[in-house]
Amino acid sequence: MSKEPVAVVGIGQTKHVAARRDVSIAGLVREAARRALDDAELTWADVDAVVIGKAPDFFEGVMMPELYLADALGAVGKPMLRVHTAGSVGGSTALVAANLVAARVHGTVLTLAFEKQSESNAMWGLSLPIPFQQPLLAGAGGFFAPHVRAYMRRSGAPDTVGSLVAYKDRRNALKNPYAHLHEHDITLEKVQASPMLWDPIRYSETCPSSDGACAMVLTDRAGAARAPRPPAWVLGGAMRSEPTLFAGKDAVSPQAGKDCAADVYRQAGVTDPRRDIDAVEMYVPFSWYEPMWLENLGFADEGEGWKLTEAGVTELDGDLPVNMSGGVLSTNPIGASGMIRFAEAALQVRGQAGEHQVERAGKVLGHAYGGGSQFFSMWLVGARPPMS
Amino acid sequence: MPEVLKAPLVVEFPFTRSLGPVQSAFLTGLRERVVLGVRAADGRTLVPPVEYDPVTAEEIRDLVPVASTGTVTTWAWNHAPRRGQPLATPFAWVLVRLDGADTALLHALDVPGPDAVRTGMRVRIRWAAERVGAITDIACFEAHAGGAAPDGGDPDALPDDRVTGIVAPARLDYTYSPGRAQSAYIAALSTRRTVGERCPTCRKVYVPPRGACPTCGVPTTEQVEVGPRGTVTTFCIVNIKAKNLDIEVPYVYAHIALDGAGLALHGRIGGIPYDQVRMGLRVEPVWTEGARYPDHYRPTGEPDADYDVYKELL
Amino acid sequence: MTREEPSDRRDVAVVAFAQSDVLRTTDELSEVEMLMPVLHSVLDRTGLKTADIDFTCSGSSDYLAGRAFSFTLALDGVGAWPPISESHVEMDGAWALYEAWTKLLSGDADTALVYSYGKSSPGSLRDVLTRQLDPYYVAPLWPDSVALAALQAQALIDAGDTDEPALAAIGARSRRTATLNSHAQLRGSVPPGDYAVRPLRTGDCPPVGDGAAAVILAAGERARELCSRPAWIRGIDHRIEAHSLGVRDLTDSPSTRLAAERAGAFDRPVDTAELHAPFTSQEVVLRKALRLDDSVRVNLSGGALAANPMMAAGLIRVGEAAARVHRGESDRALAHATSGPCLQQNLVAVLEGEPR
Repeated sequence: MSKEPVAVVGIGQTKHVAARRDVSIAGLVREAARRALDDAELTWADVDAVVIGKAPDFFEGVMMPELYLADALGAVGKPMLRVHTAGSVGGSTALVAANLVAARVHGTVLTLAFEKQSESNAMWGLSLPIPFQQPLLAGAGGFFAPHVRAYMRRSGAPDTVGSLVAYKDRRNALKNPYAHLHEHDITLEKVQASPMLWDPIRYSETCPSSDGACAMVLTDRAGAARAPRPPAWVLGGAMRSEPTLFAGKDAVSPQAGKDCAADVYRQAGVTDPRRDIDAVEMYVPFSWYEPMWLENLGFADEGEGWKLTEAGVTELDGDLPVNMSGGVLSTNPIGASGMIRFAEAALQVRGQAGEHQVERAGKVLGHAYGGGSQFFSMWLVGARPPMS
Repeated sequence: MPEVLKAPLVVEFPFTRSLGPVQSAFLTGLRERVVLGVRAADGRTLVPPVEYDPVTAEEIRDLVPVASTGTVTTWAWNHAPRRGQPLATPFAWVLVRLDGADTALLHALDVPGPDAVRTGMRVRIRWAAERVGAITDIACFEAHAGGAAPDGGDPDALPDDRVTGIVAPARLDYTYSPGRAQSAYIAALSTRRTVGERCPTCRKVYVPPRGACPTCGVPTTEQVEVGPRGTVTTFCIVNIKAKNLDIEVPYVYAHIALDGAGLALHGRIGGIPYDQVRMGLRVEPVWTEGARYPDHYRPTGEPDADYDVYKELL
Repeated sequence: MTREEPSDRRDVAVVAFAQSDVLRTTDELSEVEMLMPVLHSVLDRTGLKTADIDFTCSGSSDYLAGRAFSFTLALDGVGAWPPISESHVEMDGAWALYEAWTKLLSGDADTALVYSYGKSSPGSLRDVLTRQLDPYYVAPLWPDSVALAALQAQALIDAGDTDEPALAAIGARSRRTATLNSHAQLRGSVPPGDYAVRPLRTGDCPPVGDGAAAVILAAGERARELCSRPAWIRGIDHRIEAHSLGVRDLTDSPSTRLAAERAGAFDRPVDTAELHAPFTSQEVVLRKALRLDDSVRVNLSGGALAANPMMAAGLIRVGEAAARVHRGESDRALAHATSGPCLQQNLVAVLEGEPR
């Protein structure tokens, strides 16, 4: 028996900011969920199940917060699942929800991911002191910067590429009313003059810490037929994991990322991603990850990804726009960041991305990753339903 | 097998919680000794007032005052109060349906003993002397002989300086133990030796060992001393001072593959200007008295390692 | 709308189950060191290797360990290389099993490894669990898990549903039957003890312990190849209730009843039930919601009153029920898992063996 096709018929997110001081945690998730339902023109009663994701519970200091959030998300009397796969969780959560529809367990599922980082401090949550272990010597960026240097060594990329990505993403964010950072006076010179925090990563090439939530309504063919606006169809979706640290790990281009993309392309019948896919919304917490992921995802040969960035191919009006929303570099409620990527991909194929809409968006890839570059989740969405 | 290591691990943070309008009104009310409920779609008055209707999921905002007296709907006798609980002396946990409310609020009841509490007993709020706009503004409940007190008044008459957030300190105490493999690793470090473990299947040496070969999924057991020298495989220059570290910036944070190890560990590079550190630099550990880990690694003076030798160890 | 069950739905079965001994402390072992032997054991039962598994899903909680991302290190015990298709829920492993079941239903996978683990010994579990409660109105009062269960127990006593001797009998029966379960933590003759939080005595409360469990699922013919008598999942469903204790009827569990209905538990009688009732009083609530009479053998494993490793105890209920089907000791068994204060969230699975 073939899988039920899955459609995204509702998308909602909050205006992402450093601190949402006017809402509770419930109020934050509720706002995104309500907008997704409104987009789909559905009510709470139309939802069969809720799948929620977020990063570590220590961020808000609430253990398994879905228990407290059941009322706010209309889940009382319904099934509710809580996913946690580190930074990739927003993507994984959407895929778990999509599979409930694909398996014909439910007809319509609300999926949501959030983080309210202002309740604590992200660095505290990420680096709880563990006895006997050497303290983390370098902060969050220091964890990633050596991998960026390894990429530069391997690819021979000029050291300006990172600033090009940051400049592009921050300009894209200006077109996205939900993005956290709106740096109206951004210039390439300013990016390049920003302090070098973790050489080779500059301040302007790092992501902010945000409060935010993102929600989607996923449904089956019948639900899509009733939808008031064009749906985005899931053409392929996959998760892949590899260990945190291991002998022979390629932190620059992890095998799990390659395998995950290959699985998605196989499901969707994509043979040449560079040709078949129109745009990509990928998880780039530090600017250099754009060229790294372009290679990992098969859009460029190894060592060649930076050339696409440098040539402007990944600009909003380029041949392969990347991070039309402004990306993680402009908005980062950690647990929601993956789902925002997935939602942006869906917005684009639905033609509802507003000012950051790309012209030709028939098939768009959404990508998330987390942990020590070890957990990957991706989906490819299209304007047309999958062939079956 | 070395002694199992243990150490206290304290997870503590003062969480800053912003409030939605219903919570803000309720906690502001408590500060003013007024209890507010919220009206649900089915006409029930919910106390404490929640933001979303537990039946219909709709947003509810219709605040109504209720009395500071009420009836115990169930109870439990807590003879040994725990840290953070409302009273330090033995008390009853109670669910109390306040007069005018249809649902019950959880709090403590101060009575002399379990024989002095029963379901159905009448109670009233004992207000905290200092109130800040938090659930702890109710110090506890106490026995009340009589009927309903008048309700606290008009929710619209609350002062303008609303409570918009609470600080919720939370401390949990753990005893951390790192397990067999890491205990052995740490024990060896105390004699300034770095001892990893070899996977019986793929033969790679894990440093630090974590008890399992993560690619083969089998226990590592054979102990193998590695280093002390190693190669910088990649690095970054840290220009931002970490809050909890007493290290002058800039400094170099590097991945270092100790000779014989199957993967790199992390350390600081010293004894060389930061801008002269390079991939392939050969280094050795520098220990300080009493430290568990090397303070940093310094150049050995050997020629740099060839990229092909360490490119799998980044 | 939730769909009617399609008639051509794939058959999925539990084909193997393994668990660790549950111990008060396992401080000589890291989480992965505790978990790995269980993973090896469950794979050995089927002859499968990690590379033969199509999908892996686990359940655990950072708050038990006191460290963020604790599940990432547990993954070391799986041997996730080449990379695997894998997911994790911050829930009891019973919900990881549910997620894996949907992956088999959709045809994405033919086999799945499900595992979960919890080490409660590093922290003070009663205090840790207070962090699950409404962070504005309830968590600041630090009402511990035993206190909340005691409020529920008193409500049951007030309603005439039980009394203290009846609760003590549930505790005694559970530990007595657990003498046959070598993995259980609390076995044999256990006195009712003093009040923990009245009306609950220590004997009404679960032991605090560390443990891990794993299950393998397989679909259709693959299940028959891997197990001589697969425990077919005839239905599985889970439901959540409102969070606030004050709006719930603590003497009832409507979410359990609804999940059981959706799982088909009431279609025909079951002969065996494994209930995840950490407190004696909660068995009373669950028996009522599930309409279990004396003809049903309840918690022959001893249940959560004999061993309650957090995040694994629910998955163990499914595993225990399945193992009885595997061994031919049950033809139709019900397994239940719970999460949250006072049975807020509940899962019910119905497992069947084919006629012998």
